[in-house]
Amino acid sequence: MEKFAKNHPLWTLVIALLVAAFLWLVFAPWPPELEAAVGRKRVFLNALLGGVTLGALYFLVASGFTLIFGLMRTVNLAHGSLFLLGGYIGYEVATQSGSWLLAFPVVFVVVGFVGLVMQRFIFSHMEGEELRQTLVSIGLSIVLADLMLWYWGGQSYTTLAPALLRGPVELPIISSINPTSGEAIYIRYPSVRVWILVAAIVIGLAMWLVLNRTSLGMVIRAGVDDREMLAASGVRIKLVFLAVFVFGAGLAGMAGIIGGTFQSLSPGEDTRFLLASLVVVIVGGMGSIAGAAIGAIIIGVTEQMGLVYAPTYSVVFTFLIMAAVLAFRPQGLLGAGR
Amino acid sequence: MPLADQAPPRASKGATKTAGPTSWIEQIPAAWWAAVLVLLAMPLVANNFWLFQVMGWTFILGMIAVSLTFLAGYGGMVSLLQMSIAGLAGYMVAILGPSGTTSISLGLSWWIVLPAAFLIAAIFATLSGALAVRTEGIYTIMITLAIAAAFFYFTRQNYTIFNGYSGFNLVLPPRLFGIDWRDPTAFYYLCLGCAALCYGTVVYVSRSPFGLALQGVRDNPRRMAALGFNVTAHRVAAHAFASIFASMGGILLVWQNAQIAPGTIGISSAIDVLVVAVVGGMRRPLGAFVGAFIYVMLQTFSPDVLGAFGFSAERFKLIIGIGFLAVVLFSPDGVMGLWDRWRARVARRVDPLTGQPR
Repeated sequence: MEKFAKNHPLWTLVIALLVAAFLWLVFAPWPPELEAAVGRKRVFLNALLGGVTLGALYFLVASGFTLIFGLMRTVNLAHGSLFLLGGYIGYEVATQSGSWLLAFPVVFVVVGFVGLVMQRFIFSHMEGEELRQTLVSIGLSIVLADLMLWYWGGQSYTTLAPALLRGPVELPIISSINPTSGEAIYIRYPSVRVWILVAAIVIGLAMWLVLNRTSLGMVIRAGVDDREMLAASGVRIKLVFLAVFVFGAGLAGMAGIIGGTFQSLSPGEDTRFLLASLVVVIVGGMGSIAGAAIGAIIIGVTEQMGLVYAPTYSVVFTFLIMAAVLAFRPQGLLGAGR
Repeated sequence: MPLADQAPPRASKGATKTAGPTSWIEQIPAAWWAAVLVLLAMPLVANNFWLFQVMGWTFILGMIAVSLTFLAGYGGMVSLLQMSIAGLAGYMVAILGPSGTTSISLGLSWWIVLPAAFLIAAIFATLSGALAVRTEGIYTIMITLAIAAAFFYFTRQNYTIFNGYSGFNLVLPPRLFGIDWRDPTAFYYLCLGCAALCYGTVVYVSRSPFGLALQGVRDNPRRMAALGFNVTAHRVAAHAFASIFASMGGILLVWQNAQIAPGTIGISSAIDVLVVAVVGGMRRPLGAFVGAFIYVMLQTFSPDVLGAFGFSAERFKLIIGIGFLAVVLFSPDGVMGLWDRWRARVARRVDPLTGQPR
């Protein structure tokens, strides 16, 4: 960072000013002129928080996708189906057993097992044939989508969050100042969303720690860089592949429960989240967890801001960001130039 | 893939049998004449549903798929954008020409509308192609899928140009030469003619200098760059060129349905085009039409067959998915690949030295 500041003093200044303006927008009460021009601060804050939470969900889906891609060069276009499958199974488990938390380990195991079958019996037989793997994953997503439509039907499901997480919490961010009493009114936000955000940050940090501080992480990173050399040096690369695939699939499934709790599940959500992870990974950079996090936040916030301030064109903003990244940095913001 | 694959195998055989040069008409194998005859004579025996729905949809889907076959087979770029390009051309016909939504449609006459539709679709294809070719291989699928999805959601949300969710209806073909082109027989011949034109153009261009350079770019971009070819320009040009076939299919599609809505260009339609091209086989342009025929047959008749076996008629997608998986897993070059292998096996049964069956 110091190096960057030394090499690009002007850009550093611009970035610092932008960050300062952003922090001011979030924490300071807005003057009436600004509220008149842009709208209520509460709306802005809600869009921002909604975007960050959506970004957290996108991150959970996309990190598995980017990990699988980075290590195996497999573009698993059935990733969205795993998300939806996890959501449906989570709904069943949560309603049958009455325990929301129990759904997470069950879904991780079940969807992870589906991932294991996919990797062990299908993808591993066509290693190196990237296009064929992608086509197979498209076929799998068609089949899975129709099987889920068959079993769960076309209606939408919403998993109920446990009582502990229902209701709003007050965040230490000023929404507005009461004009009569002069008291600060703080923003209220659904607590389940705050917990989703916390969970995503914890999972992201844990993944980063495992990848960067453990020997398993070292093996995975080495595999991302050069899997042939890694295999030649005696690591059982097939097992590593399998483990990463199962983990990525399980993570997508758990994200499905979260998606089913704070939004809803219906046929078509699989493509929506597949596309979201595609865009996130394209923007953030293939195979990079940190890139997935940055991309997810950018896309989530853009989507929510777009929905609030320019509903007709919200999709276009997401797309423009993707196009701009592709035009100026084809490997993604944090992607390694390959 | 060696370039010799592109030539129809029978033609070269015929050329070696007869001494001296033969005219190109003599080189066309008998099976082709039979196919042409069957296609031309079909309106004599087939009913209107068969002509308009089944065969019309086959040719339209085939045209959209052949643009993907051209990009993927000769250019090595698997693009999921072709359905969006077809949809954009269709939308342009509805927006610029007459339609039921008079508040948006401009109602211009066909000789302005059709070139404009092709041109706008080509511009869109060029721009998105220029984005897509900045990356290679597997990334292209992801980027084109993302662009296709963005276009789909945009048409669904935008009401000022694309009329949002409901789209346009009553989009009818112009009454040229006093013929109602939505009459099943006329529409059948229109589609057949356009499809034949697309097929012929793809075969011709694949052997032209541009097509050969494109295949060189597909096989080894670095070597082609070293030889002085502009790799990026060739790829973008391929995207622009392929848009012509997709636009043609899209315009016919609008005329066939007499309407266009965002559902026509959804993600599943974009993937259907890929399914059609892969099932048919991307090595030869004919595969696109064969794949389209198989797809339309399944789509049209699977509800009856499924019903006969006691399944719900809605499981059509499952059959398509399983069939697609089977093709990708067991015959990656599609039905045409199966056919080629079968032919090769038959040919091997004859001893090459004596000409006697083994």
